[in-house]
Amino acid sequence: MIAKEQQRPLASRETARGKVFDFRRQKLRTARVFLAPMILVLLCVAAWPLARTIYFSFTNTSLNDLYGGQWVGFDNYLNWRTLSSGRVIYRGTLVDPDWWNAVWNTFRFAIISVGFETVLGLMIALVLNAEFRGRGLVRAAILVPWAIPTIVSARLWGWMLHDQFGIINDMLLKLGLISEKIAWTASPDTAMIAVLIVDIWKTTPFMALLCLAGLQMIPRDIYEAARVDGVHPIKVFFYITLPLIRPALMVAVIFRLLDAMRIFDLIYVLTPNSTQTKTMSVIARENLIDFDKFAYGSAQSTLLFVIISLSVLLYIWLGRVDLTGERDR
Amino acid sequence: MTQSRNSDIFCRTVALAALSVSTLASPALADVVTYVSGAPAKDIQVLKDIVKPWEEATGHTLEFTAMPASTTDSFGQYRLWLAAGNSDIDIYETDVIWAPQLADHFVDLSDAAADVAGTHFPSIIESQTVDGKLVALPLFTDAPALYYRKDLLEKHGAEVPATWEQLTATAQQIQTAERAAGHEDLWGFVWQGNAYEGLTCDGLEWVKSFGGGQIVEPDGTISVNNPHAVAALELAKTWIGTISPEGVLAYQEEDSRGVWQTGNAVFMRNWPYAYSLGDSDDSAVKGKFGVVPLPSGGSSDSSAATLGGWNLAVSKYSKNTEAAVSLALFLTSPEAQKRRALELSRLPTIVSLYDDADIDAQQPIIPKWKDIFLQAVPRPSAPTKSKYNEVSAKFWSAVHDTLSGNGSAAENLELLEIELEEIKGNGW
Repeated sequence: MIAKEQQRPLASRETARGKVFDFRRQKLRTARVFLAPMILVLLCVAAWPLARTIYFSFTNTSLNDLYGGQWVGFDNYLNWRTLSSGRVIYRGTLVDPDWWNAVWNTFRFAIISVGFETVLGLMIALVLNAEFRGRGLVRAAILVPWAIPTIVSARLWGWMLHDQFGIINDMLLKLGLISEKIAWTASPDTAMIAVLIVDIWKTTPFMALLCLAGLQMIPRDIYEAARVDGVHPIKVFFYITLPLIRPALMVAVIFRLLDAMRIFDLIYVLTPNSTQTKTMSVIARENLIDFDKFAYGSAQSTLLFVIISLSVLLYIWLGRVDLTGERDR
Repeated sequence: MTQSRNSDIFCRTVALAALSVSTLASPALADVVTYVSGAPAKDIQVLKDIVKPWEEATGHTLEFTAMPASTTDSFGQYRLWLAAGNSDIDIYETDVIWAPQLADHFVDLSDAAADVAGTHFPSIIESQTVDGKLVALPLFTDAPALYYRKDLLEKHGAEVPATWEQLTATAQQIQTAERAAGHEDLWGFVWQGNAYEGLTCDGLEWVKSFGGGQIVEPDGTISVNNPHAVAALELAKTWIGTISPEGVLAYQEEDSRGVWQTGNAVFMRNWPYAYSLGDSDDSAVKGKFGVVPLPSGGSSDSSAATLGGWNLAVSKYSKNTEAAVSLALFLTSPEAQKRRALELSRLPTIVSLYDDADIDAQQPIIPKWKDIFLQAVPRPSAPTKSKYNEVSAKFWSAVHDTLSGNGSAAENLELLEIELEEIKGNGW
C-alpha cells in the first residue's frame, strides 16, 4: 500500500497527505477493534492452556490433585542421582527411549505421509484442472474422504484391514497378489504402512484442493505462449507450473506438516499401543491420563510444541532461502 | 471453498462446545441420579427396567449417560471428570482394577453396605476396598473360560484339553485335518493379543497357570521374571501363525468372538458374555460348543482365570449422595443381580445366587461358572495402586513384543523386571 502511495505524482500526494494519514489511522483503529475479540479468544483457548501445560511440566502435579503440584524444576525433562556405588542414573523425558521412539515415529510418519500426499495431490489437481465434462461433480466427489470424520474413517479402515474378515485381504487374495492373509494393523512390519495408507487416502483430497487453487491462479496465456513456442509439456510443468504454484504448495505443505506432526486420532483408533506407530501426541496422552504421570505428560506436550514450532520455523526458513534464489535468477 | 469449510467446521465446533458446556453446567436436580457406564445397549435396556421399583419407592429418577465401550477410553474420561470435581455424575460404573487409582474421588460405602457386604464373594469386596475404605459395590463379576467346539473334538476323537500343551497339540491336529478336508479358514485357537489391557489378562493367565506368579505379588514383590513365566510366554509364542492367525496380535474380545462365532475356530478364550451370544439363533456355533476352565501349563496343575467385573462407585462430588448410595445399594441387591443373571448372563457377585433354582433352570451356565470364578486371579491393581496402568502397559508390551518375535521371552521379561523396579522406586 505504501509503495502505491509513493508512485503517485508529488502534487496530489502533498494535498492528500493529511486526509490519507487520518484515513489510515482510522483504518488501523477499526482493524484493532475487529481483531480484539479474536485475540481475546486465542488468548483464552490457546495461550492460557499452553502456558498452563508448560507450568505443569515444571511441577510434580498429578491428575488426582491438580492444584497441589510443587515446583520441581527440570526434573520431568532430565534428572539424575548418584547411587552409592558411584553409578549415575539419568531419568526424565529426554533420556526416555519410549519418547525418542515416538519422536522418530512422528517424523517418519509426517515426512512420508506429507510427501506422498503432496505428489498425489498435485497429480490429482492437474487432472482436475483440465477441462472435461462433469468436472464439478468429480471435484466434489474427491472431497468425500476428507469430509469423513477421522474417527469414522479410522474405524472403517480398521474393519477393511482386518486380517480375517477384512475386504482388503480378500481382494488381494483373490487377485493372487498375496498368498496368505496379512495382519495389517497387528504385525509390526505393516502397522505403520496401514496408518500411512489411511492417512494418505484421507488427506490427499485436501492437498489436491489447495494445489488446484494454486493452479487456477496461473494465467492461461503463459501456457498459450509456451505452446506457441513448442515447449515440451514436461518442461512446461517444471519451468512454468511448479514455480508458479510454489507459494501455494509451500503453504499447503506447512498446514499438512503441522497436522501430521500432531497426529493422534487415527493412530489412537487404528493401532493403539503399537510401539511401531506411537507418536508424540499418543505417548503424551498416555502419560497424562492413563499413567497418572500428569507432569511428565505435560513435559512431553511442551516438547511436542517446541519440536513442531522448530520444524515449522526451519521449513519456512529453508523455503525462503530457496525463494530468494529464484528471485535473484 | 476451504475458507467456507473451515468456517463451517468452526461454527460446528463452537455449537458443539456450547452444547456440551450447557449440558455440563445445568445443575442436577436433587431427585435425578446420573449414572454413567459404557455397558452394551442390552444391559442399558435391562437397567432401565430394573430400576423402576426403586424410582417408584423413592421418587427419584435415574438419568443414564452412555460412554464408549472401550474401558480405557471411559477411564480417561472418568479421570478427567473426577480430577475436575465434576458434580454432574453421581454414580460411576467402574472396572474391577480401577478402585485403587480412583479411590480418592469416591464416597466410602463401608457403613452404607455394612449389612450386605458379607453376602458378596469376599475376594471381590476385598478388591474394592482401599485402605479400609469400600470404594465401590460389586455389580457383576467376570471370569474368562475356554470355549471349545464339541462337534469338532468328537469328530476327531480328541479330549477336552486340561493343559496348554494338550490344547496346542489338539488345536494343531484338528486344524490340519479340517483344512485338508477343505475348511481353509479354520484356526485352532483364538484369543486377545492386541497390545491393551486384555493382553495383560491373557498373559497373566498363562504365567499364573504355569506357576509363574502374578506379575506383582500382593505384598508388592515383582515376581514376573522367572523360568515358569518364560516357559509360558515361549509356548504362547509358538501359537502365532500356527494355531492362531498372525492377526490375533491385534484382536480384542470382539475380534476373536467374530472368528469363533462364524465357526472358524476350535478353541477360544473369552468372557461369559460370548456364551449367550454364541448360543443365539444367528450363530454358526449354536449348540455346538462347551465351556471349561482354562488349562494349566508346565509342571503346575492349577489353572487361572483373570478376575474381571464391574462395580458401582458414588462420586465424592455428587450433590445427591444419599439418593446415589441408595440406588447403588438397590442395583447391587440380590433381586437386581438375579435379573441381570437371567436376562444378560452376567455373573452374580452374591454367593447364594449360585444355588438359585431359577438361575439354574434358565441360565445353567452360571452355576457352572462358579468353579471358573473361584480360580480367578486378580490383576496386580491392589499392590501397584496408582501405578497399575503403567505396570499393566509395560507387561502387555513385553508380552506383545515376545509374541511378535521382537526379542525372546527371557530377554523381555528381564527387561520388564528392570522397568517395573524403576516404576516402583522406593515403593508402590
